[in-house]
Formats: sequence, C-alpha cells, structure tokens
Amino acid sequence: MTNQTWQFQNKFKSLLIRGGRVIDPANNFDGVADVLLVDGKIAEVKPEINFSAEKIFDATGKIVTPGLIDMHVHFREPGQEAKEDFLSGAKAAAAGGFTTVATMPNTSPVVDNAALVRAMVKRAEEVRLVNIKIIGAVTKGQLGQELAEMRDMIAAGAVAFSDDGHFDDNAKIFLNALDYLHDTGKLIICHEEETSLVKGGVMNEGKRSAILGLKGRPTVAEDIAVARDCLLAEYTGGRVHIAHISSARAVEIVRDAKKRGVKVTAEVTPQHLMMTEDLVNPVDASTKINPPLRTQKDCDACLAGLLDGTIDAIVTDHSPHAVEEKDREYIYAPSGFPGLETSVGVLFSELYHKGKIDLKTLISKMTAEPAKIFGLNAGTLSIDAPAEVTIIDPELVWTVDTKNFYTRGSHSPFVGRELKGKVVATIVRDNFMTLNH
Amino acid sequence: MEKVSAVNNLFGKSVTAVKNFSSEEIRLVLDTAYKMKKIIRRGGEKKLSDLRGKSIVNLFYEPSTRTRTSFELAGKYLGADVVSINSGTSSIVKGESLRDTLRTIEAMGVDAIVMRHKAEGAADFATKVVAPIIINAGDGAHAHPSQALLDLFTIEQHKGQLAGLKVAIVGDILHSRVARSDVYAMTKMGMEVHLAGPKTLLPRFFEFDGVKVHEEIEDAIKNADVINVLRIQLERQQAGLFPSTREYARVFGINDARLKLAKDDVLILHPGPQNKGLEISSEVTYCERSAIQDQVQNGVAVRMALLDLTLNGGAK
Repeated sequence: MTNQTWQFQNKFKSLLIRGGRVIDPANNFDGVADVLLVDGKIAEVKPEINFSAEKIFDATGKIVTPGLIDMHVHFREPGQEAKEDFLSGAKAAAAGGFTTVATMPNTSPVVDNAALVRAMVKRAEEVRLVNIKIIGAVTKGQLGQELAEMRDMIAAGAVAFSDDGHFDDNAKIFLNALDYLHDTGKLIICHEEETSLVKGGVMNEGKRSAILGLKGRPTVAEDIAVARDCLLAEYTGGRVHIAHISSARAVEIVRDAKKRGVKVTAEVTPQHLMMTEDLVNPVDASTKINPPLRTQKDCDACLAGLLDGTIDAIVTDHSPHAVEEKDREYIYAPSGFPGLETSVGVLFSELYHKGKIDLKTLISKMTAEPAKIFGLNAGTLSIDAPAEVTIIDPELVWTVDTKNFYTRGSHSPFVGRELKGKVVATIVRDNFMTLNH
Repeated sequence: MEKVSAVNNLFGKSVTAVKNFSSEEIRLVLDTAYKMKKIIRRGGEKKLSDLRGKSIVNLFYEPSTRTRTSFELAGKYLGADVVSINSGTSSIVKGESLRDTLRTIEAMGVDAIVMRHKAEGAADFATKVVAPIIINAGDGAHAHPSQALLDLFTIEQHKGQLAGLKVAIVGDILHSRVARSDVYAMTKMGMEVHLAGPKTLLPRFFEFDGVKVHEEIEDAIKNADVINVLRIQLERQQAGLFPSTREYARVFGINDARLKLAKDDVLILHPGPQNKGLEISSEVTYCERSAIQDQVQNGVAVRMALLDLTLNGGAK
C-alpha cells in the first residue's frame, strides 16, 4: 500500500457502519454489530440495523471502537509552530484514529493563565477536526516556584494540570498544588524524573550508556519522583497522574500505592512498552526521549502493569520537533518524537498480533479509561454519546514513512518499520475522515 | 620492523572508533607507525610525498594541543595540505550547525576531516553527512581511536609485546574517551585491563569482556605492567564527584609509594595534559619508567600511519 493520504472533510447527517467487530469497553461490548450515527450522536449499536442512512460504510473485517483518546500530546502552539500547530497536530491525531487529545502547556509562552487557556480553547474550536483539550501549567511559567492561577484556568476550560517536561522539585509547592486543587477533582499529570539525577542525561543510565559514554538518566530518578508523588497524593488526598511511566520499580510503586487506595493513576507510551536502550545510536536522535528508553525488564513490567490495571492509559507523548532540531548531535537534539500516527500500528503489531494483549484491554486503555480519569464525555459508544468512532483494519500492512506524516515532526524510531494494523477511518461528530487506499 | 602487513582494509575508510578495528587492522597501523617513527627520527628532510595533493581539515570544537598539533604535523610530514579550524574563530560561533559546517568543508574539496567534538557520536554523525574520510580525534566521552593506538604503540615499543600484559587504567573512567577506546584496543590485542577510580568516577553497569573494574586503586595496579593515568578535570570536584584535590591525590593519585605495588619495570602512560600533584606526582611524571614524552612523539607517528593508510593505502 503506497497511498496513505487522508480525506479530512466529509460531512454527513447520518452514517451507518455495517458489520464491523464493535469493541466498546465502556459498555463491556465485543461483537459484530452495526453502528448508526445521526446528527453528531451515537444513535444505535446492534446487529443488522435497518435504517436508510445518508452514508454507509462496510466495516466487515474491521474493528469499530469509540474514538481514541490521547491525553498527552504537544501541539506546540503558541510559539513553536515550526514544530507543530493545532491544525497539523489535529490532522496527525485524526490520521492516527484519535478523536480527543489534550495538549501539554510547555509552549512559549507557557499556558499558565486563563487568557491563554481561552485562546487555546478558541483555536481548538477553529480547527475542529478533533477535540483538543487544554492542560494548564501547575506553576507559573512551569518554573516550580509559584502556583499558577489554576482555578481561573478551570473556569476557562482547562481539563488538567501539568508541569510536564520536568519534575517539580519543590515538594512543598507540589503539595500545595494538590491541596489547592483538592475540591476541584482535577488531577496533576507528573513528569517523574528527579532533576539533579538526570541533569545532562540523554539516555537511560545502563550498560549501553556506559559503553557509549553518553550521560545517563537513571531509573532511580523516576522511582524517587513517583514514590514522592504517590506519598504526597496519599497524604493530601489529591489526584496524581503519573505521566509516561517507564521504570519497572516505578510500576511497582504505583501498584502498591493503588492497593493502599491512593488516588494515583498512570499512563504509558507505546515506545516504553516495546523499545529499549539498545536502540540508542548517537548518530540518530530519534530515540532521544524523556524519560528515556529503558531495558526489556522495564518494558515487560510496563506491559504487566498495563494488563493488571496498575497502568490505566496509553498515551503517545506526541512530541514533534522541526527537522533541523532533531537532525544533529545526539546530546544537542531536543527530546521527543511524534507518536500519533504510529500508535495504533505499533500497538497492534507488537502487542495484539503477538498475543501480548487482548483487544478489549488495549482499546479500553485508549478510550474508556482515559475518559474516566479525565471526566470526559467520550470514549464510549453509548446511545446519545458524541459520534466519535475509530475504525481500524487490523490486517492492513503498511510501512512507517515520514513522507506520509501529517505531523510536522520528522524523526521517529518507528520510521521504516513494517506494521500490521492501521486506522482507516476516524469520525468526529458530523465529519467522516477516511484513509484513501 | 619492516614486516609485510596484511591487506590494507583501512584504505578509503573513516576512523571513528577503535572498536570497529580488527586486531589485524590494529597490527597494520602499528607496523606502519614503526616506519613513520623512523622517518620522524631520521633527522633532516622529514617530508614525504605520500599525501601530496591531498587536503586535510582539522576541525576542533574543543581545545587541544597535542592531538591537533600532531595531526597537523602528521599530515604535513606526509605532504598533505593541512588547514586547522578552531571553533572559536569560525562560523560555528555564528551558530552554524555541525551538518552545515561539515558540508561547507566538503564543498571545498577536502579529502579528510580530522574532528574533535564534545558530542558523543559526532564523528559517526559526520560520516553519515559528508563523503570525505572522517578521523575522530575525540568525541565527548565516547572514543579517541588515535590515542588508543598510540598507547598500544608506546607499550609495544617499550615492552616488546602486547599480549599477556596487565594494564591498569586509573582515574576518571566515567568521562574518559581514552578509557573507552583503550579497553577495546587493549583487549583486542590480548591484554588484561583493570580499571580503577573513586566509584563516583566509574561508569555504573560497565560490563566488558576481559576488563575488571576496581574501586581501590591498589587492586588495579598490583603487579601491573602498565599504568595509564587519566586526567582529572578540576570541574569534577566542583560537580561533587570528589571532595578535594588534596584527598584525591592522597587516596587515588599515582605517586612513588603506590607505584611500588606494580611491577618493577612498570610503564607509566598519561594522555595529557597532566595535573601534577593531583592524579600523578611530578616524580612519577618525570621518572625513567614514564613514557609520557614518548607518547607525544608516537602520537605523530601513529597519526601519520592512520592518515597514510586511510588516504593513500599505505603504499610506501
């Protein structure tokens, strides 16, 4: 298959998706059925719907799920539009099957006040293709010194808060943030790497960094941070969400905290489930991410955590950068790569097709569970829910090529991989976006 | 020493790390270096015509005296045209990227670029970006192949052999491209390598066949045939890796007393520049078992060998 272009505008009043395998974890449903969408809402889900719809899509052999949710993306607006903007990001999201994403606030300027949140909410409405939710900063400028005006930001539409990109070293400020948000029910998404232990580090501290001479970012930096934040969540009763967990010990710490009833949730990225430090080659910065690619033991622990419920959600941590920024010395290149357009493909290829995860669990981690954590009216095919649906061809074989990316980001360690499983249609309200193939 | 060496597989190839060399290729470099050393020492006319018409650019992003000068002289002794670029006085200060600087140099028609850079992997990156032969003169804490080869050459000249010798490499292993190169070069040539330093300056998770890591200097240098003393940068103290230069010298420095643990004829190496009284005492630096000055001269011979083999096929 060479053509991987998408059609992003195709409005409808009513759409009947026929004969697909419908997996709707929120309603504990898995079976062949038709899905009828009318006036931007789910109208009916059952076998053999008899309705004269404006559009009909034959989904035989395909998987039909609630629209996928990714609560951790970087769309770089405002200020870093050379890396990505809301439109290029939204197209990448739609092409990856995501109908709802949430953007991190580490932009320039940082989204740390209500005026910026309102501006971003407005931008999201202009772009429309997918739902873009806004995450605000916990501290002013994400500097970890003073609390940002989080209640104003909630009023302006912020769905959660994060100083993602780094750890808030000041425990007192972080504790205050949890207390201050306590009655709002909003959660804080935490980048967990103790700063002094990862300063200057560009990859996992391990056998590979020892040989390459590259400075390491040890797992213990993550473990300490996760432990502290679990303890502070326990102490304050606040809600902590562990971003992109990557260390085996950190997964254990979250598991123990959950057993004690601490209000902690966690997310993991596809790369941390399946890629290791062995892939790091300093001639190509596409593997440079924070937290870094770890070891097989850590990947295995993350997968086990996903399967036993310790880890609630899968996110991409979609972090595009301009070509010239990534195409340079490893130590100088920025961290992160775009993940929206490869997520479903790599998860299906490496986990589902290899029998490591069942489809219901996989889809749940990308729909029902993130919707629950963030309190979104999404991630379900319940009647009258918004018409947000993703259709996946589980057998479609394709090769990852940056030429076909809608994101402005270029470098991805998945580039060149042959994958099995691809999103072929993404529906958001009255718009039926499809892959032309 | 006029051995006929094996086929030269190095012709036309970049030299980014000694880990990419076979033991035969290392042997070839050493054999060629013997010939080059004779030429340097013969007095009178040193200039050869091997690389006449070839151009070499020294691109140094970090300060260097011996490596840069010896590469420059090596090229000139072989008859090449050599230009040295310092990062401080070039377009690099105007923010030109490494890729663009390399492409600019390439466009001027050079045959080889000798490169030193702070970033690990910079030389390998260069090989992907431009066509000229890249000779790595040090990339961060990763590799410094010509240093490892000159260390071998110096050891062999003094000891008459490499295989079976016990080498202790002591000091700041963590940040050392010399150590990361020596372990490959030395183990490939059948030497037994022991690394030692304060644990704060040892890489965690360092696993390497034929290499033992010690936290006590004494354990490493006991019965050593060779001690390679690495430079301790003063910034490491400020970074909290050891409390004071005084204590470092007392517990980890190589001095006469500590030297007694090694073999009587132990050979002392140091890649330079030295911090006298810190990692090495003045007495040891200047003692008759010290080959530190020889290393400098051998550096020119080994770099001549590398340039001749890669650019000319080592025809002479």
